[in-house]
Formats: sequence, C-alpha cells, structure tokens
Amino acid sequence: MSDTTHGDTGHGHGHEVEPITYTQSDERGRILLGLDEHRSRRTDTSQRAAKRAERQIAGMFTFAAICFVAAIAAYLLVPKHDIVWVPVLGNVSASNLSLGGLIGLGTLLIGVGAIQWARALMPDEEVIQERHELRGSDEAREDTIEQFRRGAQESGFMSRPIIRRSLLGAMALFPLPIAFLLGDLGTAPDDKLRHTAWGNKPRTRILNQGSGQMVRPEDLAVGGLINAIPVGLTELEEQEGSQNARAKAAIILVRMNPDEIKSTQGPNWDYEGIVAYSKICTHVGCPISLYQQRTHSLLCPCHQSTFDLSDSGRAVFGPAARHMPQLQLDVDSEGYLVAVGDFAEPVGPSFWERG
Amino acid sequence: MKGKPAVNVSSSKRRRPMAAGVLLLLALVSTGAAYAVTTSALSAKSSSAANADNARQGKLLFTEGCSSCHGLAAQGGSNGPSLVGVGAAAVDFQVGTGRMPMAAAGVQARRKPPVYTQAEIDKLAAYVASLGPGPSVPKASQYDFSDANVAAGGEIYRLNCSQCHNYAGKGGALSDGKVAPQLMDASPKQIYEAMITGPQSMPVFSDRQIPAKNKQEIIAYINYLQSAPDPGGSALGRLGPVTETVFLFTVAIGALVAFAIWIGSKAR
Amino acid sequence: MSTSTQPSTPVGKTARWVDDRYTTSNALRRNLGKVFPDHWSFMLGEVALYSFVILLLSGTYLTLFFKPSMVDVIYNGTYVPLKGVKMTEAYASSLDISFDVRGGLLMRQIHHWAALFFVGAMTIHMFRVFFTGAFRKPREVNWVIGTVLVLLGIVEGFAGYSLPDDLLSGTGLRITQGIASAIPIVGTYVSFGLFGGEFPGTDFLPRLYAIHILLIPGIILALVTAHLLMVWYQKHTQWPGPGRTENNVVGYRFFPVYMAKAGGFFFIVFGVTTLISAFVTINPVWMFGPYTPDQVSAGSQPDWYMGFLDGAVRVMPNLELVFWHHTLSLNLIVPAVVLPGIMTLLLGAYPWIEQFVTGDKREHHLLDRPRNTPTRTALGVTAITFYLMLWVSGANDIIATTFESSINAITISLRILLFVVPPIAFTITKRICLSLQRRDNDKLLHGHETGRLLRLPHGEFVEIHAPLTQKEQAEILGKVDMPVLALETVDANGVAAPWALVNNLRNRLSSWFYAINVAKPSPAELEAAAGHFSHVSAVELEATHRHREFEALGGVLHQPSEDESVNH
Repeated sequence: MSDTTHGDTGHGHGHEVEPITYTQSDERGRILLGLDEHRSRRTDTSQRAAKRAERQIAGMFTFAAICFVAAIAAYLLVPKHDIVWVPVLGNVSASNLSLGGLIGLGTLLIGVGAIQWARALMPDEEVIQERHELRGSDEAREDTIEQFRRGAQESGFMSRPIIRRSLLGAMALFPLPIAFLLGDLGTAPDDKLRHTAWGNKPRTRILNQGSGQMVRPEDLAVGGLINAIPVGLTELEEQEGSQNARAKAAIILVRMNPDEIKSTQGPNWDYEGIVAYSKICTHVGCPISLYQQRTHSLLCPCHQSTFDLSDSGRAVFGPAARHMPQLQLDVDSEGYLVAVGDFAEPVGPSFWERG
Repeated sequence: MKGKPAVNVSSSKRRRPMAAGVLLLLALVSTGAAYAVTTSALSAKSSSAANADNARQGKLLFTEGCSSCHGLAAQGGSNGPSLVGVGAAAVDFQVGTGRMPMAAAGVQARRKPPVYTQAEIDKLAAYVASLGPGPSVPKASQYDFSDANVAAGGEIYRLNCSQCHNYAGKGGALSDGKVAPQLMDASPKQIYEAMITGPQSMPVFSDRQIPAKNKQEIIAYINYLQSAPDPGGSALGRLGPVTETVFLFTVAIGALVAFAIWIGSKAR
Repeated sequence: MSTSTQPSTPVGKTARWVDDRYTTSNALRRNLGKVFPDHWSFMLGEVALYSFVILLLSGTYLTLFFKPSMVDVIYNGTYVPLKGVKMTEAYASSLDISFDVRGGLLMRQIHHWAALFFVGAMTIHMFRVFFTGAFRKPREVNWVIGTVLVLLGIVEGFAGYSLPDDLLSGTGLRITQGIASAIPIVGTYVSFGLFGGEFPGTDFLPRLYAIHILLIPGIILALVTAHLLMVWYQKHTQWPGPGRTENNVVGYRFFPVYMAKAGGFFFIVFGVTTLISAFVTINPVWMFGPYTPDQVSAGSQPDWYMGFLDGAVRVMPNLELVFWHHTLSLNLIVPAVVLPGIMTLLLGAYPWIEQFVTGDKREHHLLDRPRNTPTRTALGVTAITFYLMLWVSGANDIIATTFESSINAITISLRILLFVVPPIAFTITKRICLSLQRRDNDKLLHGHETGRLLRLPHGEFVEIHAPLTQKEQAEILGKVDMPVLALETVDANGVAAPWALVNNLRNRLSSWFYAINVAKPSPAELEAAAGHFSHVSAVELEATHRHREFEALGGVLHQPSEDESVNH
C-alpha cells in the first residue's frame, strides 16, 4: 500500500518549525497545507506513563468483570418487588436499579477501557491513504456495454417482440392477484360507521359508568357530568369479543339550567336541561369528557378541539370542523332516562363517504 | 337482552336479571331514604342554636373578607358568583385549599396555604349553608377509603377524572388559561368535596352520579398516585413523553456526544 | 499455492482453514489497514447503528415474554392497582414483563430508551451530513437511504410504542385510525383493512407485532448494511485540514485503532443506555391503565419523533370540505399526510435540488464547514426551526400547564409563529455564518488575540496577536470559493434560448446561494501576514529582552505573567 505516515516525513522534538508556505492549491481554489508535526503523547515518551495507562485500562476491564458477577448476584439475591428510596430518583425498584446499574457500569467500563487503550497506547500518528477513483475506466465501461449488447442479442429480447410484450404483460399482472389476497384483511365498511348500539332497539336506557346504575333524570345535578353507555353494551361486547361497539356508543350526559341551553340539534332533544352528546371527538376520535361546567364547553385533551354543549355541540376552537353528534333524550314510564333512537349522523372522525 | 337491567361496569360481577332488578329497586329506595334522612338531619342540626351562632359569626367574617366580590348577602357580584345554595362543602373546599380568597382576580383560583383557620372556615361554611340548601361537609366516614378497592378506583378514575387531571394526577390544561389542578396535595376530604361541589370548571359528581363507595375507591386510587413508587427510576415529573424528550436530547444524547468528543480528541 | 509460513497457533490454523475455502485474505489484506478520518461528529451515525443492535438484542428478549394478543383477560398479577381489571393479553403481558420477570423492566426500558436514541441519533447524524455537505456527489444515494431509514425508524418506533396496548398508546392508535379514515377515496377501506374491520377490533396488535419484529427491522437491517457498505467502499469524507485533499484520507487504520474505538463506543452506548434505563423511567405503562376507546388522559403525547406530526394536527385550522356526498378532511390530510409527504420529498431530493442551484457535479470528499455555505446552513436551520415549532405545538398543553398560560392563546400564537420564526432563523443564521467567515479571514491575517499587552518603547500599548497553528489555518484555507452560475440565457444571435427561463432561474438561485460569500485571502496576503507575524515576534523578543535588562537594573515594569507566555 502506498500509505504514508508522519514518520516518513520525519518528526521529533526540538527541531525548528518550518515556515508555512501557501503555494500549494487544488483546482477548486483551496490552499493546501502539509501535514502538521506529530506531537508525541506522554505514553510515547515515558515508559512509566505507558505502564500507568496499561494498569488503568486493565483495571477498568477487571472492574467490569466484577460488575458482571455482582449483577448475577443481584439477579439472584435482590427481591424483584423491593422498592428503595434513592436521592434524586425517588422510590425505585431495587432490582431494576442494581441490575441496570451494574450491567450498565460494566459495559461502560469495557467501552471506556477499549477507547483509552486506543487513545493512549495504539499508534496515533496520522496515516495518509489515497482514494481510489470511483468511476470505472472507459475500457471497462465499453466492455460492459458490449457484454450487455451481446446478451441482449443472444436472448432475442429485442428481436422477438411477441415474447417481450407478452412477458411484460404477464409481469405487470403478477402483483395484482397478490394484492387481491389482501382483500380479507378487513370486513367491508358497508354502513357500519353510520350506526351505533343506541340504534339496536328504540328507547335504550342509559348506564352510568360511575355507579353501574341506570340513569334517572334526578340523578344528575345541575353542572353535573355522567359518562355513560347504552344498557346491554357490556353483553354486546362479550358477544362480539371486541370493544368496537363501545368505540362508537360512548356518550356523556351533562345537566345545565334549561334556560342556558341556546340550541339543540333537534326540537326538544334535551330533557329538563340534560343533554347527551357523543363522547367520540369528530376530529380523530379521542373520547372527550373534559367538560367545563361554567362555560358548558367540552375540550379534547388530544388536539384541543372545543365544543359548546349549550349550543348544539358546535365546534368553537381547535382543528375539529364538525359539532359533536347529539342523542335525543326522553324518560320512560318507569322514570329512567332513555335515548329515543340512534344518532342522526355518524359519530367519530370524518371519512370519505360520510358526506 | 330486552329489559335487562343495570349491570356493574366491571364484567366480573354479574347478577341474575330478576335479582338485579330487585336489588336495584332496594338500592334506589334505600339511597333515597338515606338521602332524605341525612338532609333532614342536617337541616335539623343547622337550625340548632350553636349553628345559628356559628352562622352569625361566619357572616361577620364573610362581610369582612368575601363580600367585596361575592356581595354583602353572598348574592354574587361582578367578580364572584352567588354563593346561595353552594353548600358548606364548597366553602370548606375553596377556603380550606386556600383557593378563596383569591390573591388577585384571574381566570383560575389556585391552591395556596389557607388564609383562615379551620374554626373560621367552619363558621363561614355555616353562614353560607344557612343561605340555601347545598352539599354539606362530608363526614370522615364518607371519605374513609381504608376498605376501598384501589383497582376499581383506578377504573373509575380513568373514566371520570384522568381526562382533566391526567393519568398520574398531574393535572392538565383547560380552555383559556384555566387548568385542572394536580392532585398531589389534595386530602381525601378535599377530593370528596370537589366531587360533590364541582368547584370552578369541574363538573359536579353528586353521590347519585358516583356513589360514596365508588368515591372512596377513587380517593384510594388518588392516594396511591400520591405515594406511588417509580420502579423504573426517576419519573421526570410524570409528565410523559415531553419531559422524556427533553431528557433525551440534553442529558442522554449529551452524554454520548461528550464521549464522542473524548474519543475524537487526541491523547496528550 | 506455496505456503511461505506454516501457522502454528490455533488462530492461524483457523485462518488458513477459512482462507483455503473463501480467499478471505484477499479482502482482509485490503481492508484491515483501511484508513478512517477522526472527528467526533462522525460518530453520531455509530450511535444510531449501536442503538439498533441494542434494539435487536433487547427486542428479542422481550419477544420471549410478550403476548401480542387483543384477547381480554382479567389481570391477576402482582401490580395491585390493576388487579381484577379487564385488559388485553398484550397489556397484561407488558405488566408481567415489568413486574414479574426479573430484569424485564430493565429490558423494556433499555428497548424504549434505545428506540428514542436510535431515531434521535439518526436525526442528529442527518443534520451533520446536511450541514457539512457530505450528501453531495458521490453520496447522494446514501443520503436517500438515510432518509428512508429515518422514516422507517419513526414507523418502527411508533409500532413498538403501540404494542403494549396501554391507554396512552391506544390513544395514539385511535388518532392514527382517524387520520387513516381521512385519506380521500380509500381512507375507510385502509382503516378497515388495517384494523380488520371497525376500530379497535382484535386483529391490529398481532398484525402490528409482525410488522414491528419482522418486516420493518428486516428492511432496516438491509438498508443499514447497504448504507455501511457504501461508506466503506466510497471511503469516509473528511474535514479540511493539514495534509487533507480531495484525493486522500488522513486518519487512523481500521485495525487496530478503529476496531478498538468503534468496538469500545458500542459498549459505551450500551452502557449509557443501560444506566439511563436503571435510573430513569420511560413509558410507565402500568400508570396509564389499559386501553379502552372511551377513556383518555390529559397530557396525551406521542414519543418525540411523532411529536411534530401531532403538533401539526393540533395547530391546523378546522377546514373540512363536503361536496357531492363526500367529505374531504383538510384539517387532517394537510397536517398528517401532505405536510410529512412534502417534508420527506424535500429532504430526500435535497442533493439534487442543491445540484440544480449550484450546477456543481464534481465529487466531494472534503467537507464544508457549515459557515462556508451560509445559504445551505441557513436553509437547514430554517427547516429545523419549522420542525421544532411543530414539535412545540405538540406539547402545547404541557406548556400551558407548566407555564400557567392559556392553551388557546398558545395555539393561536403557534399558528402564526410557525410561519414567522423560520424566516427569521434563516436571516440570523446566514448573518452569523458570514460574520464567522469574516472572522476567519481576520484570524488568518491578524492571528489570535492573546490578551497580552506590550508596551512599546515610545509608550504605546499593543496587544500581541499570535499566528494560527498550521492545523487551524488549514481548516480555514480548505474553503472553496464557489463561482456563481452564469448559464446562457440567449443564444449566439441574441435570441432567447429554449432553456432561457430555467437557466435564468438557476443563475439567480446560484447567485442567492453563493454571491454573498466572503472570499478568503490570497496566498500573497497570507505570506505578507506571516511576514508581519515574524516581525512582531521579533519586536516582542527584543522588547522582552530590553525589559529583562531593565529589570536587572532594579526597575519595575508590567510584564506578561509567566504562565500566560507558557500557554502560547
């Protein structure tokens, strides 16, 4: 190899520094200066310093080994649920702290030792290596093109267009059946996004998720909030084995003074100041029950869309464009609050076919 | 499916339909009765002479410290809402947590060391309670959570509380500079009071919306959050990925860059 | 082939055995002594590589215990605050790993921290490559591979973050589903396809698991290999400096120096990651609770690399179009689909964009100091500022609560600042770069200020300037003063050439890119400056000499302190 090092150009101590010349330049206008003088390290000049570095490095490796043995001991001896108080960190798991601390320290020491070895004891004189040209020679290029032409000629790819075209046609169709195989990844949307469990039967009673009881109007104080689902939803979920129904049917009930209600989405959709709105944000579907009773506004903690529940659930701030869908309320013969029917529109985030 | 009555949220507990219906009826009747008894008992108590005296002294304190905002008869003013019917619990919470009196007018009254002694707060509460019926200060047995199920509390907490107060009780932002406060300093009694009175932006969670038993479970969960260990090490304030990112790009990557600089440097 | 030496050691014998079959000596002979340049910033990519290795190792460990299933179970493990709660098997097994597998929590935290390191180190490495112009010919393809790697890293990280099925990650998935639904025409089908029907379904996590542990890591591994092979084959770029030219590499040999340094650095990255995982919690899934679609927590944020997207979605105004019974959610597809698409395209195509502007088709192996290409540097800072503003938007609620301010005001301000701050950052950066160039020239011609004062015989005080070292000078003199493009816009007859418009544009852009640069001093000026320095040092020597004589006579004069003169 044609590599050169400082050593070849001569180095040493105490000799006069040569004045810098600015005569060399490359074709891009850089002014090139030669390699500067190599400064010897303490470990190059002093046998004692080298020995000390050696001991230091070996010491780190040895300590790393001790850490690893200690980590095994920690694995076997530290009970996994013990909590210890450590300044700055707080109450932490003794097992996690000891295992991580010891394994981490051990590996760190191996690394620091190896690098100290390279810095202090391995050669630190810079080596100059020439770059090879990346571009192939003209001869190689021509030869390659020739080879390619010969192969193309011999295969008849260009001279037999029927084979060529039919092959290209077949290859073009090849991915299609594979793509179709993905068809059963999901069921067809149909009108699933347009219905919720509230529409499964008329006049569904409402289950208070805070108490596990069905809601009666008098349960709800003015300024109060109830997170609710349709009665029977839990059974439906068991049956379906998924939370799909819940992801659409979750609602919130809030009560305000009837004269504070500016509008509802249908005539008399409230019941004595109680309104029911979908809990699923019309932006990207986060469940919102962040209800601020003074302003009657509902704030989504995900992207801060804000809706005014006293005014048909209108979107008043943030990225959501549509109001929260409202559920029409009534009371049945036994005095329970019921949802008259399903939502009048799809709940949750927008989708292309929504209209 | 039809006519199937209320079921507990946790699917582990299930009753037979008929039995559940009966139980429900019993529960409703008994809660109703209990409610009636407690309210009448309380009103009977408040009419006692001692309470009337308390209320009188409370009125003096009120006139001195609260009336400039809430009005001389607590009817409300431009700077403060009417206190008629807010109940003793609201006063005990607002004054007991130092939120009232407010240091300066603003969108949010924040927690600070209370200005009044508990005795004074009781007098103020008695006065406000005398203005109209409202939630009374809960008794110790109501917020005693020693037998409550923490895990059940966690479920109700995540459903009703975490959207504002955050999964770890660290609080969160509301509209226009208002906040849902962090819960790290809240006492069981204060948590209970906040739920039944709905202070500031918070909605009301009366005992008919979330029964006392479930409130105790919530309190048990918040109590757990207040003292929960962080097995994995420093939780960086339990603020989630934002503080994790700040730590990552300062301390963690900073440490690696420092090592890289050391590796790239020449030994002397 | 005759064997000149007979190996006697076991290693030697093994080497011969292998070489007899695979000619390994051929490749090793050429590569063991390969020279690599040394600079700390060249190690940022290594951090990403080592984080990836740590991810493979810790991830494999986690697969032994994790159950990617959305089947509901009642938790009955040792974490009391969730005992008896209904949750998916995925979440329950995450809790088991955290509490009931010894070292499981450590491995989870190592895996998560390493993931944040991985994407973070790739990003910072990309900044380094950008600001030093290392992406230029012949390394454009490697830049594109790097861009793809960053994207894959983000997707891979998000997939992993979603697997435990906790309330925080489930919220992220819900948002992803909402965004997928908003894609025009096919959105609903994309969403139903991903989730096996309606959200959340029971298919998604097992699918995501296969993507997370097999598909994406496989692609990343292949691309990382290609990335490294290209670096190896094309040789690393180097900083301008003494002895460095476009045609050489100055540094240390791979064996033994870089083997020790790179190997050691791997252990350092591993050690730091493990120590951080021992001391600092990440993603405490047990605190979040299990995901259900009707619960959410305040302060729901994604991991840092998704923050910019979440921020863009947060500050986007609420535009939605409804036409012919169809809905086009601009409030989602603009920030979450179009914006990241444009950002990625601009990033990947940058080498060609710059080539179009500069007309520079030469090979580059010496790096640019960022100050020497002010426009590129300013463009980079502008992009980073824009990105940061988006990230800050994603943390608007945390900012509001931490600094007790209005989230509405913050959000509205960010909508404006997003377009105001980046141009300001551009101007400031460009100015800083230019003044740094001027300072470089100044230092070349007048040297360092030493802070040492010299009183001349006639009483005047002058400050001693020391000449730059050879290394310092070489770094500055490695700057290329680029000519501004002057492409033909009219042909020989004075008629507008067919490409006149394009050429005119390129001329203007190139002028914008380069014209303001400060030219470096000519060799003659440098020689003159060097002469001046030797003159000054002669004066100084003489003055000091005289001063010593004066002192010997018992006089007192200010003298530069001894240790200061030692320093210089």
